Formats: sequence, structure tokens, C-alpha cells
Amino acid sequence: MKVKQLSIFMENRAGRLAEVVRLLGEAKVNIRALSLADTSDFGILRLIVNDVEKAVKVLRDAGHTVSLTDVVTVEVPDTPGGLASVLDPLRGAGVNVEYMYAFVEKVTDKAVVIFRFENADAALKVLSKAGISVLPSEMVSKL
Amino acid sequence: MIFNEKNECMSRADLQRLQGERLRDAVTRAYENVPFYRKKFDEHGVKPKDIQSIKDISKLPFTTKDDFRSTYPFGLFAVPLKDVIRIHASSGTTGKPTVVGYTREDIDVWAETCARTLGCGGGTADDILQVAYGYGLFTGGLGVHYGGEKLGATVIPMSGGNTKKQLMLMQDFGTTLLACTPSYSLQIAEEAAQDGIDLSKLKLKAGFFGAEPWTEAMRQQIEQRLPLKAIDIYGLSEVMGPGVASECLEQDGLHVFEDHYYPEIIDPVTGEPVEAGQPGELVFTCLTKRAIPLIRYRTRDLSRLNEAQCPCGRTIRRMARITGRTDDMLIIRGVNVFPSQIEEVLMKVEGVEPHYVIVVDKTGVMDELEIKVEVSEAIFSDEIKKLEHLQRKIHEEMRSMLSLSAKITLVEPKTIERSLGKAKRVIDKREVK
Repeated sequence: MKVKQLSIFMENRAGRLAEVVRLLGEAKVNIRALSLADTSDFGILRLIVNDVEKAVKVLRDAGHTVSLTDVVTVEVPDTPGGLASVLDPLRGAGVNVEYMYAFVEKVTDKAVVIFRFENADAALKVLSKAGISVLPSEMVSKL
Repeated sequence: MIFNEKNECMSRADLQRLQGERLRDAVTRAYENVPFYRKKFDEHGVKPKDIQSIKDISKLPFTTKDDFRSTYPFGLFAVPLKDVIRIHASSGTTGKPTVVGYTREDIDVWAETCARTLGCGGGTADDILQVAYGYGLFTGGLGVHYGGEKLGATVIPMSGGNTKKQLMLMQDFGTTLLACTPSYSLQIAEEAAQDGIDLSKLKLKAGFFGAEPWTEAMRQQIEQRLPLKAIDIYGLSEVMGPGVASECLEQDGLHVFEDHYYPEIIDPVTGEPVEAGQPGELVFTCLTKRAIPLIRYRTRDLSRLNEAQCPCGRTIRRMARITGRTDDMLIIRGVNVFPSQIEEVLMKVEGVEPHYVIVVDKTGVMDELEIKVEVSEAIFSDEIKKLEHLQRKIHEEMRSMLSLSAKITLVEPKTIERSLGKAKRVIDKREVK
């Protein structure tokens, strides 16, 4: 139920982002979702790709610093209040959200949102109990 | 104004006789009281009685910075600790600082040679001295302070920093003598310009600038912006502190107070004394220091000795401005920094590989230190806050080790030049000719 997200360290210099996505493109790796977190000095590029192993190899061979993180893809009702309805049970159980970002594609009529939780296993329990749908990883890479 | 005419203007023959007597005494005290020196002298095959004149100094072995480290903290002391009334410390090559001690007599000699320093720049008992060197374990502040009191001047112990207040006191108290690093004097000039303070209205006469190397060009700049004679002073805590040597008003070489601190110039590779007037590594012997009778200390500073008589009337020889180092030590904002200290901090911070580069620059008036650290997978985290925490931790540990604030920049791996053999760890963009 946890999906592997690829994180890449990037200096705040022109062309770093272009270089990374170019490498992935040449290796025929498809980016499904991305988020770029920044500070004044550096950034972290977070990617959901269709072939994590190939992406990691290509980037490491080119000398990039990468890591893999477990994230959870949650189906969130695509209406006002939808996100709140997902966050409520998590807050009630004291589960912390580190960051989140969304997919463009949908599986059903719900929005698909990627969450990094402080404790993914605890989050999964809470979501399951609240009847909130979580997408399995095989489905996510095909989105 | 010559503070001690008798000793600063002694005939060369009398001076050499005095130095010979004092050397014999220092070597005897070292041999009898410091096990480390006894062992060193025995291994070298020399005894105190072999010292008949100052020329016999070349029979003696050298002392190095490593010797301070291996005897840390008090292994070089020739007196019981209860007779040591002051401790100072400066940067060591690793985590432990270089420790020095002073007896009451040593403090008095130190004050005397600092008073001579102030006298070299025209200072008298009628002057008002503002000490803007740091007070604390570093020898700068307290050294010049005691010299000012010995001279009989009115001493203002401002220490470093708080430039607005420095200027306010200069105006309100009528400071005539300023003691600080040369870079800081320019910082004071900058602040004055910003605040619209007319420096020509101040009563400044002379500035005593040291603790870092500076050029003639910088002297011109300082004397243009501040209405004072910029006097170069030299010292190091291992030998005493400030007050080892000072320019006089001729501003043509620094008079070494060689009745106390005997200078030699050696070839840094062979260790042999060079011919008179030739450049090489400066070596000092403390002829009168009781707490640590330092014998032939290799400073790793490069200089020359000038045997010619100075128009000021002092017969004590002059050393040239320091032209460089024989090792990789840096001086940043007047603080000694060894790249090995930086490497030690980086290794200590969990999982950090020592792929780093030290960049020293001077974009404004003050030195800036930046340490670029490559982010390997061992230290990378997906969370911004963890990387920022790492950055902050390195910054704090570095500040604790160096007493300096360094900019810590995380960079991508393989962006720092790899070299075969000795890695190029330091990029010094400042120009010091």
C-alpha cells in the first residue's frame, strides 16, 4: 500500500532540474507526479515514476544523490471539504503529515493525492478504519 | 617614544652578551624542569653547559606546534601550576587548542614589550588607548591592555565588535590610539562613512594592527580613511602574544624585542640558519619566559631579518612583514584556522564524508569563510528540515571549534574537484602580496 517515491538533492543552480528530467527522458522513464521543495540554498525534487529501479540507476550513474521514500497515495473526494474529510481522522489519531502533492490523473472520480506521513503504517491503519481508499503501488505507476 | 631606551638601544655587543646569558639560563630551566625538553635535549646530544654564547643556539633542537599538542595541556610548563597566574589558548591543528601559561614575571615582561610596542607607534602615558582586539582566551585583547596600563595610558577595554559603539567612544572619549585587526579598522571606517561621522575630527594618532597579514596597499587605504599612522605589530601566543615585534614610525620593518624573544631565520626544509638578510622561516626562543622556556619555536611564518641600523635609534633588529606560511594554516578575521580542524568537525558530524572545500573570500572589508560540503547518499534526507538541521549542526560545531561563523553550503556530489594525491581543500580568493 506504500509507493516508492524518488527524491533527488539539487543545488539552487540554473539547469539542475532540466538535467535531471532530461536524463530520465532519455532513459524512457515516465514521470507520473512531481513536487519540488526549495530553500534558498538547495532543493529536493520528489518524483513518482513508472520505473523506479531504472530511474535510480540512471541518476546514480550520472552522479546524483538519490533516495527512496515510502509515500501513500490516497483517494480524496474531489469536492469542497474533501481534503478535510481525509485529514480529520488523521488529526484525531495524531498522525502527522510531512508534505503532500497531487496527481493529475484519476482512477475513479476522486482526486489522487500523495502523502508523506511521519508514520506511514499508523496512517494506513487510520485511513483503512475511516474507509478512505488508498491505491496500491502497481496501480499508481500505471496512472 | 622609546619606552625602554636601555634595552631597545643597547649596543649590539652588549645585547649579544645579554642574550647569551639569558639563553643559558632558559636552557637550564628547560632542561631541569620540563621532562619533555630534557628528553629532547638528551636525544639531540646537547646539555645546558654547551651554551656559552648566543651563537650556540644552533646546537639546540627545535620546538613545533605538534610538541604543544603532544604535551597538552600543561606538559611544557617549567613551573608548578600554582605559579602560573594566567592561561591563554589559541587554535590547535585539531580539536585541542594550543595552551600557554604565564607567571607573574611573564605577565610583567609581556606588559613591558606591549608598552614598547605602543611606544614604537609614538604612544605615551598621555594617550587614550582603545583596545578593540578580542578579550578572552586569545592573547590580543589582554596583551595590548596590560601594555597600555604599563605605558600609563588610559585604557578602554572595548574588545571586538559593536562598531557603532567603538565610534561613539572614539568621539566621546577622545581616543588617540587604536588597537585592532587591520580589517576591522576598515570596518570602522565603513561604519563611520555610513553614519556620516567625519573621522578627521577624531583625535586618533596611531593604530596598532596585527593578528592577520596585511599589505602596503591596505596600509595606504587605512591611512587614507582614518587619520592615523597604521603600525604593523606582530606576535603569537606560543611566544607570548602581541608585543613580539612592532614597526616604529619609520614603518619599514618590525623591531623584534630580541632581549626577550630571540629571532632566527631558517631554511624550512633543511632547518639550517640562512645567511643574514635572506628569507626563510621565523624561529623564536623565549629568553626570559618562566612558565614556558620555549626553545627555537618554528612559527611557520616566512620573513627576513634586517641587520641594518634603523633611523629611529633602536638597535634591535627588524623583521620584514610576513610574506606567507610554510603550512596550510589560514588567518580569517584574525583567527588561526587549520583545514585539519574543519575536517575533524565534518568527520564527527554523523555520516559526513570529507568531500569538502574551504572557500575564503573578502567581498567587503571582512574575511568570509564558506565550507562547501558534498551531499552524499549517506547524509541525504528526503526531508528539508533534516537537511537544514544538518546544515545548522555543522555550522554550530564549526563555530565551537573555530570561534568563527562559517557559511555552510550543501552541494551536489562530484562538484568538488577531486585530485590525485593531496586534495585541494582550500580556495583562498583573497590576495595578499
